[in-house]
Amino acid sequence: MSNLMSNWIDIAALDDIPPRGARVVKTRLGCVAIFRTIEDQVFAIDDACPHKKGPLSEGIVHGRAVTCPLHNWVIDLETGEAQGADKGRVNTYEIRVENGRILLDGARLLARSVA
Amino acid sequence: MAQKLVIIGAGMASGRMLEELFKLAPDTYDITLFGAEPRGNYNRIMLSPVLAGDKTYDEIITHDADWYSAHGVNCRFGEAVVKIDRKAKCIISAGGVTEYDKLVIATGSASFMIPVEGNDLPGVIGFRDLDDVTAMLAAAGKPAGKAVIIGGGLLGLEAAAALNAQGMKVTVLHLMGHLMERQLDSAAGYLLQKELESRGIRVICNAHTNAIVGTNQVEAVLLEDQSAHPADVVVMAAGIRPETRLGIEAGLHTERGIVVDDAMQTSDPDILALGECVEHKDTVYGLVAPLYDMAKVLARTLIGEAAAFKAPEVSTKLKVTGVDLFSVGDFGDEHEEIVFRDPGLGIYKRITLNNDRIVGLVMYGDTNDSNWFFDKLKSAEDISDIRGALIYGSAAQGIDPLAAVAAMPDASEICGCNGVCKGTIVSAINGGATDLAAIKAVTKASASCGNCTGLVEQVLASTLGDDFVVPAAAGICGCTDLTHEDIRQIIKSRSIKTIPAAMQEMGWKTSCGCHVCRPALNYYMIAEWPLEYADDLQSRFVNERNHANIQKDGTYSVMPRMWGGMTTPDELRAIADAADKYNVPAVHVTGGQRIDLLGVQREDLPAMWADLNAAGMVSGHAYSKGLRTVKTCVGTDFCRFGTQDSTGLGIKLEKILWGSWTPHKVKLAVSGCPRNCAEATCKDVGVICVDSGYEVSVAGAAGMELKQTVALAKAATEQEVIDLTVAFIQLYRESAAYLDRPYKWVAKVGIDWVIEQVVDDSEHRAALCERFEISQSVYRKDPWAEQAKPEYQPRKWAALADLTLEAAQ
Repeated sequence: MSNLMSNWIDIAALDDIPPRGARVVKTRLGCVAIFRTIEDQVFAIDDACPHKKGPLSEGIVHGRAVTCPLHNWVIDLETGEAQGADKGRVNTYEIRVENGRILLDGARLLARSVA
Repeated sequence: MAQKLVIIGAGMASGRMLEELFKLAPDTYDITLFGAEPRGNYNRIMLSPVLAGDKTYDEIITHDADWYSAHGVNCRFGEAVVKIDRKAKCIISAGGVTEYDKLVIATGSASFMIPVEGNDLPGVIGFRDLDDVTAMLAAAGKPAGKAVIIGGGLLGLEAAAALNAQGMKVTVLHLMGHLMERQLDSAAGYLLQKELESRGIRVICNAHTNAIVGTNQVEAVLLEDQSAHPADVVVMAAGIRPETRLGIEAGLHTERGIVVDDAMQTSDPDILALGECVEHKDTVYGLVAPLYDMAKVLARTLIGEAAAFKAPEVSTKLKVTGVDLFSVGDFGDEHEEIVFRDPGLGIYKRITLNNDRIVGLVMYGDTNDSNWFFDKLKSAEDISDIRGALIYGSAAQGIDPLAAVAAMPDASEICGCNGVCKGTIVSAINGGATDLAAIKAVTKASASCGNCTGLVEQVLASTLGDDFVVPAAAGICGCTDLTHEDIRQIIKSRSIKTIPAAMQEMGWKTSCGCHVCRPALNYYMIAEWPLEYADDLQSRFVNERNHANIQKDGTYSVMPRMWGGMTTPDELRAIADAADKYNVPAVHVTGGQRIDLLGVQREDLPAMWADLNAAGMVSGHAYSKGLRTVKTCVGTDFCRFGTQDSTGLGIKLEKILWGSWTPHKVKLAVSGCPRNCAEATCKDVGVICVDSGYEVSVAGAAGMELKQTVALAKAATEQEVIDLTVAFIQLYRESAAYLDRPYKWVAKVGIDWVIEQVVDDSEHRAALCERFEISQSVYRKDPWAEQAKPEYQPRKWAALADLTLEAAQ
């Protein structure tokens, strides 16, 4: 459920992202990677690995995780946490699918950028 | 004086609601019931068995005219309601005006007719009511009748199986990548497809319907790929559309369905609604269990009792004889999952867990314990204590797996492939075979498909006691215990042609693999089934997906091919222009005799490729597990020592080999004389020209390891060199483990075996060359030219959205 502060932005159709794939949304805070799992769930996280800033949107998506293309860190898409022995976390953003459209909560992305 | 209750819709929802109402307060209302179908109420979910001929209509009637009249309901069957007048509190039908105090809308839903040309042709029908069934059965009565089902969901597949059982030739067209994608994951979808296909039903996934054609009657369905599927009847089963027209026209709040609150009340307090026509908390329901819950709530609301509808967990079972399938809850990739696969029996079970609670369940092939699991899901039971054996179901609880193996009689079979029973393994162990390898050697148990490896180890453990230590799995990753070699062998021998099929048939422990196994499986499929398999870009490492090498800062390097290391002033100018135009920060000459443009932005790639293509250049595949370069010296063209045309031969080799995918990268070199200026003796394949011909050597390395090539053969002609090289590379493609360079592979299989296959057996060599050429008919093409096409821009290279200009709120 959306809270009072959220600002849902229709960014694209679900089908614009291949299953087990990702695309990016440009924001003033940098790129946000939008993932689609094989089960058609979507997740939004910062497109920069906590390790060396690798573009996570280019990683291989498996289950609810992505493997960074630079050094194979595995990032949990739901929590943004690095898995296994690696330590680190990326920001996650509220996102949902409604009638085949992807809605991203822009509240944080837009508000912080002008603060 | 009883109040007047009018009900629109005589389906399952209103039937159940009336039962509830009569139980609670039989005489509260004076009831009039309108139904569009000219008959009473029947169990709509049993239409599939009627269609299949397993049941008759009479058997599925739930409320006939007598039942309604016995309860004093005034039935107006076959009379459609045309309007609701909220002001006057009445409804208008063919028979005139009927007043109400309370109105219940239970109009259900209609089949969604996909919006394509010809969807209104005679013979195109939905699958919602008995008339649809009658129409389908009429079509099935014709000899050699053909049916096309649009939609591979629950309803579509039940129709498909039923019509197939009626003797029709059935094709299912499904828009998504696997059947029943809302209820099943791809593994279970694969098993289901296999089962249906074994019954003679054709299943086409990713099928986009373009049009339905026919003159006076439907004749065929056309897909976007231009294929045509002849049909005497087309069944639309691509979803349902809530029947909301009356609500909308009456001005009731309606979204996808007529919106109701927890008490099933619409935006008008005197109008209630239930069933498939309503929307509750953003959800529209199409299954029967929630409808029954709604019926209970609505009956209470009608007599003024407080009641609230709560969305129940809904489980799905497919009503197709002989298919055991169960699905419930959130079966998406939770953090934790337990997967069990028995490829031999075609069983797949997957439990998804969150905080030690079952949140989702998919079962295929064995649904005996579905209710046991479902109860645990509904009660949110903490399963941490029984987690170890949870997937084996209720029977396995409280049993130590080792004790279970110890209790097995000696005659029970452990290895199905080689027919080895437990007693044989135990006597081998007692005879000194105390590890897995020894048991394999002595008894052959687990030596074939390897699925019983775990069982064999448990026999070892129970026989040896504490002396046995379970060895670490030798699998290629955490998803499987199989080795690369085993996987390749199984793909070949069992003709496995997709990644989900491979994962199911080989008992993968995860639902969709990982970054280690997926690229390997994708390669094996490409190598084994070049003409049939569609490359899975999502199982490719970034470089191969983007056809450029990613750098540490997320930029890419671009390297055009220079055939045999030769270039021209025009090519160099085009490269220089591209470097200027796209602000390339670094230009580097590589060891493979080409020029690397480093630091290119991702979004510039397609335009840069188009520019390089325009100058006649193609991808150098400097990023691929595939053919990289053929390095040459200038040979007899210019060199005073050259013995043969090494440059020309190098170019010929590169033009034959380029674009091919291999287990790891492949680099070649051709030197024009033994001085070896092209450094051919540390390449994967090196050719040295000599006066008498050519010396071909293989399996060199000059990376992490330094290895000189070993001689493969001497050749007299260029053609012989080409055949030997192609055959060697094809043998490597067909038998090496993914990510083994040729030198590693040759060390495993032995150079003698390679020489036997490639040199000694000329027939075998020719067959290898032929298979390579078949694969190259698909892959010998420039990926840059393809991906620079305009249609790739919006779907791949551009950002999904740009919010940098969006205003803050």
